[in-house]
Amino acid sequence: MAERSFKAEIEHLKLGAGDTFTGEGILAITKALLESGVGYVGGYQGAPISHLMDVLADAEELLAGLGVRFEANANEAAAAAMLAASVHYPIRGAVTFKGTVGVNVASDALANLSSSGVTGGALIIVGEDYGEGSSIMQERTHPFAMKSQFWLLDPRPNLPSIVKAVSDGFELSEASNTPVMLMVRIRSCHVTGSFECRDNQRPKETVREALSNPRSDFARVVLPPMSYAHEQDKVKNRWPAAEKFIRERQLNEVFGPKDASLGIVVQGGMYNGLIRALQRLGLADIYGATQVPIYVLNVTYPLISSEFLGFCATKDHVLIVEEGQPEFIETQLASFLYRAESTVKLHGKGLFPQSGEYTGAVMLQGVEGFIRKAAPGMLAATVRAPNEDKPQIPDLTKTVPIRPPGFCTGCPERPIFAAMKLVEKELGKHQIAADIGCHLFASLPPFEIGGATMGYGLGPAANGAFDGGGERRPISIIGDGGFWHSGLSSSFTNMSFNKSDGVAIVVDNFYSAATGGQDVMSSRAENATKSTRNPISKALKGIGINWVREVNHTYDVGHMRDVLREALTTKTPGPKVIVASSECMLNKQRREKPLVQKAIKEGRRVDIPRFGVDEDICTGDHACIRLSGCPSLSLKRLDDPLRDDPVAAIDQSCVGCGNCGEVADAAILCPSFYRADVVHNPGPIERFWARTRARIINWLIARRAARQLDFGSAP
Amino acid sequence: MTLHEALEPRAQDPALGGIIKLACMAVGGQGGGVLSGWIEDLGRAGGYAVQATSVAGVAQRTGATVYYVEMAPPSPQRPVFSLMPAAGDVDIMIAAEMMEAGRAIIRGFVTPDRTTLIASTHRALAVSEKMAPGDGIANAQEVMAAAEIAARRLIAADFDQIAVRSGSVISASLFGALAASGTLPFAPDAFEAAIRSGGKGIEGSLRAFRAGYEAAMGAAQDLPAPLRTAAKEVSGPAKLLAGWRTLEARAGGLPEPAQQMACAGLKKVVQFQDIAYGGLYLDRLDQIAAIDRTPFTLSLEAAKYVANAMAYDDIIRVAGAKTKAGRRARIAAEMGAKDGHVMQVTEFLHPRAEEIVSMLPARMGARWAVMPRRMALLDRLFNKGRRMRSDGLMAFAAMYLLAGLKFWRPRTLRHAQEGAHMAGWLGRAIELALTDYDLAVEVLRCRRLVKGYSDTHARGLSKFDKVMAGIALVVGRADAADWARRLREAVLKDEEGKALDGAMATIRSFVI
Repeated sequence: MAERSFKAEIEHLKLGAGDTFTGEGILAITKALLESGVGYVGGYQGAPISHLMDVLADAEELLAGLGVRFEANANEAAAAAMLAASVHYPIRGAVTFKGTVGVNVASDALANLSSSGVTGGALIIVGEDYGEGSSIMQERTHPFAMKSQFWLLDPRPNLPSIVKAVSDGFELSEASNTPVMLMVRIRSCHVTGSFECRDNQRPKETVREALSNPRSDFARVVLPPMSYAHEQDKVKNRWPAAEKFIRERQLNEVFGPKDASLGIVVQGGMYNGLIRALQRLGLADIYGATQVPIYVLNVTYPLISSEFLGFCATKDHVLIVEEGQPEFIETQLASFLYRAESTVKLHGKGLFPQSGEYTGAVMLQGVEGFIRKAAPGMLAATVRAPNEDKPQIPDLTKTVPIRPPGFCTGCPERPIFAAMKLVEKELGKHQIAADIGCHLFASLPPFEIGGATMGYGLGPAANGAFDGGGERRPISIIGDGGFWHSGLSSSFTNMSFNKSDGVAIVVDNFYSAATGGQDVMSSRAENATKSTRNPISKALKGIGINWVREVNHTYDVGHMRDVLREALTTKTPGPKVIVASSECMLNKQRREKPLVQKAIKEGRRVDIPRFGVDEDICTGDHACIRLSGCPSLSLKRLDDPLRDDPVAAIDQSCVGCGNCGEVADAAILCPSFYRADVVHNPGPIERFWARTRARIINWLIARRAARQLDFGSAP
Repeated sequence: MTLHEALEPRAQDPALGGIIKLACMAVGGQGGGVLSGWIEDLGRAGGYAVQATSVAGVAQRTGATVYYVEMAPPSPQRPVFSLMPAAGDVDIMIAAEMMEAGRAIIRGFVTPDRTTLIASTHRALAVSEKMAPGDGIANAQEVMAAAEIAARRLIAADFDQIAVRSGSVISASLFGALAASGTLPFAPDAFEAAIRSGGKGIEGSLRAFRAGYEAAMGAAQDLPAPLRTAAKEVSGPAKLLAGWRTLEARAGGLPEPAQQMACAGLKKVVQFQDIAYGGLYLDRLDQIAAIDRTPFTLSLEAAKYVANAMAYDDIIRVAGAKTKAGRRARIAAEMGAKDGHVMQVTEFLHPRAEEIVSMLPARMGARWAVMPRRMALLDRLFNKGRRMRSDGLMAFAAMYLLAGLKFWRPRTLRHAQEGAHMAGWLGRAIELALTDYDLAVEVLRCRRLVKGYSDTHARGLSKFDKVMAGIALVVGRADAADWARRLREAVLKDEEGKALDGAMATIRSFVI
């Protein structure tokens, strides 16, 4: 079960004509798919579109009722390949994944799909993970559209526009026999708002019906000579058809006065940011009515030369607002102007920074700079010559610590890396390759384990060069999500086939945890519509990896360390794989907390463990924290003039995972940790013995106290 | 160039002033999503056009995160809202943690012309603050001072504590503070209605909401200061008490600036061992006082560090702390264990051969410690993680007996080692005090580096030695004390000693 449940929101998906939908962008896209008569949907989770997959999974019943097939694809390549159903059949299909990394994985299938062309509308919804909140390398999805020649939509970031882009996208795809990619940025995915609904449509032909009437046409197969024909078809037929559709349906929008000497061209997704800048400059009102003409590219590929030149016709200066780099749009538009022998002066990068997110401040500065150059008279006096006295705000950049993401309280991955740190203390530093997933947080302090990550499922493959072995074995880390995404084939068959001497650790937390706790093949949960409970070790055995150790309680740091040491020192040839399994604590707590509360209320015996630190035993060296980094293990300053350093302290958010005690033991740190188990609803016998023991202990304590000085509070 | 008539400069659309821009900076897991959800519902229920955005995803897990809401009064047309806060353009900033308030200020989201800053003063320490071997905690006062300048209005309180005491989480108490701030055009009832429509944990949220509201209104009493156990009169058997009074009187003869510290130190060493040991402590301080002069910093630092050094962390002390009166009650209070509950306490102990040997008579222990086979045997017998249920009789009795071994302590190897270390360190300080007073003070302060147990303790000792070696290189220089301080601070920065090695390299570069 995913981290967030959309069961309640699913009701909104049933709304019909005349109703108003209010909610999040992701959910609006789902609704728009249903209104467009989509026949099949799928994808692979990953921020910022994880929730789209979660919504679809939660809506499976509703989808089935409409005859829509939902597939939780194994990875993005599988998702994109699924769109093959729209090649021959007039069925609309949509898949979703994140950009650019998901698009990278999918690019083979996308290229083939684009060559073959489609009959039914094929929509790829990409969550562009760029800027603040992103967890990947900063790149653009844009050039994928350019190289494979599919169309790229980048609608204005409000619900009606996004919803319209979905239905426009399907129609554009069908009109031009080309797949269409709908790009939504991080904040657009989570933006809230409302739109007027239409009725949900059943697909004109369902995938089940298609199976009864199979079609094929070798002209669509990517093989010579058809592939040459495909290229010609793209340029000669599909592209012009797309341009015609985009122009006639006015997918791109123009706002503002017709006669002006200047204008701004903007990616649809950046429209709101641009309007805010104009609002702040007094050049647009609250509703976006602007004094500067704006040409909004809701379609960022292909660009329509005639449309753009028409917009430029009366103007001397035009600004391109294009986030990210390289500036493909600006370059293309510049070449349109050059070929038309235009004298319009083009502005863009330069006024805007070459790289990085166009934040509010960047946008304001860029637009202001443009107006200053193109029409300084437009600016109010305060903006043109800022002379307001601003109080000096102290610089806090040296004070405020960075706060990168890290392991959650009680995370089962923490003890794995604590054990690795201990093994490295014994055997020295090792070559370690990391993968994608929560476990990548281990590369940050306090663990600092792992030097590079080459992509999802590629951890062990990234150690390929070291497969031949050496003095110390290379170690790689991969999660269960990465394992099933592509790791089994890309990483483990690679290890096995090449007789790698390396060690791989599969961090198995029962879910694709980093993306929101979706089920994977080896999840332990029963899932009515998916096949779960397929052990990773079985898959490894199947590809000839025989040295496999399963650790089923990662919190046992000592055991984890011993298994690791064994893997690093054993004489057995071939790959050594450790499957370290314990459930993601976030998901476990979500599942168990209500059950525990219920059990306590019902009077059943419940034992709730939590850790604590004896502050007069802790010396404030923080060695425990350097092996943990747990949010609940923090520091506190003591009210004791003799003590310099803050001591360790565990707050109420501790879930009693056991890591603190295990680490204190395995690393022989200090005796200050204790675990307190509070037993709710103990039985009468248990209570009796507890009372009796306490009485004797208290007597002993009192006996000794009577012979000593009592200083009141302990130092 | 020529300007078009249609493009006259114009002031901002007055309606823009109606847009309320609210950002919330939080730590992943604090419930920022719930808070922004409530604010959104509140605005919609009030007829406002509302838009909320966030940056969810893996980057959020325990990391810094931001939520953003814009709303505008009802109108026939849909306003165009921004999807992200802009520097200098935020009306309300809710910071769910003190350093996040600092981050908001750094990013320019808090400006004197418009921003109401609602900040929780509590700290959720970042890993970088916690992992330093010394005190790496960021200075919250600095952030508070900046907030007072940067914000048009500042509403600051420990909203986390307020929420926890109400049995809820910080999002609810901050929502209360938002209601109290009067920055949104909605009555408190409307806020409560938003919580009620949310569905989950309503009662707790409402309690925290009201507590947060009160706190922000300033109507509530200031948070009661953490219970300070009032300095209780020392009590006990008459003979011991008389001994204590004598020691107290002696401490009164020490230089005035050191007296308070000496009193605290005296309590610590007497508790650690006995009255006679307290006498020894004072003897050592007297020795320092004899060569000390105004401002008596040497005495003050000696009072502190000699006490810490004399009350070293051996098995007896740890067993004593684990079996002390009041410990169980303290843990029960911390864990929220009530009368109807049973509480079990498990201790995590891991003695090694070194600890066993350190308890042997000094000469015998010293002999054994260098016999690898003996040590290996001891390790086989004792070196094992031990989980002891200190609420059980057997484990308690074992620790109780160990704690009773104080009489044996002066004969142990550990005691002899600590004594030798003390003599070397204190002797060095006394010797230096005659020529370089400031350096002597720094030498005393270096004792701070020796802490922890087992390996950590050994590493602390070796770093102490390294720093002392570094000090030996700079003795005689005018800036020797300064270098000693730098060396010590370098040790407290990182565990591996990279900063220390760097500082040592610098020293070598100019002395050799």
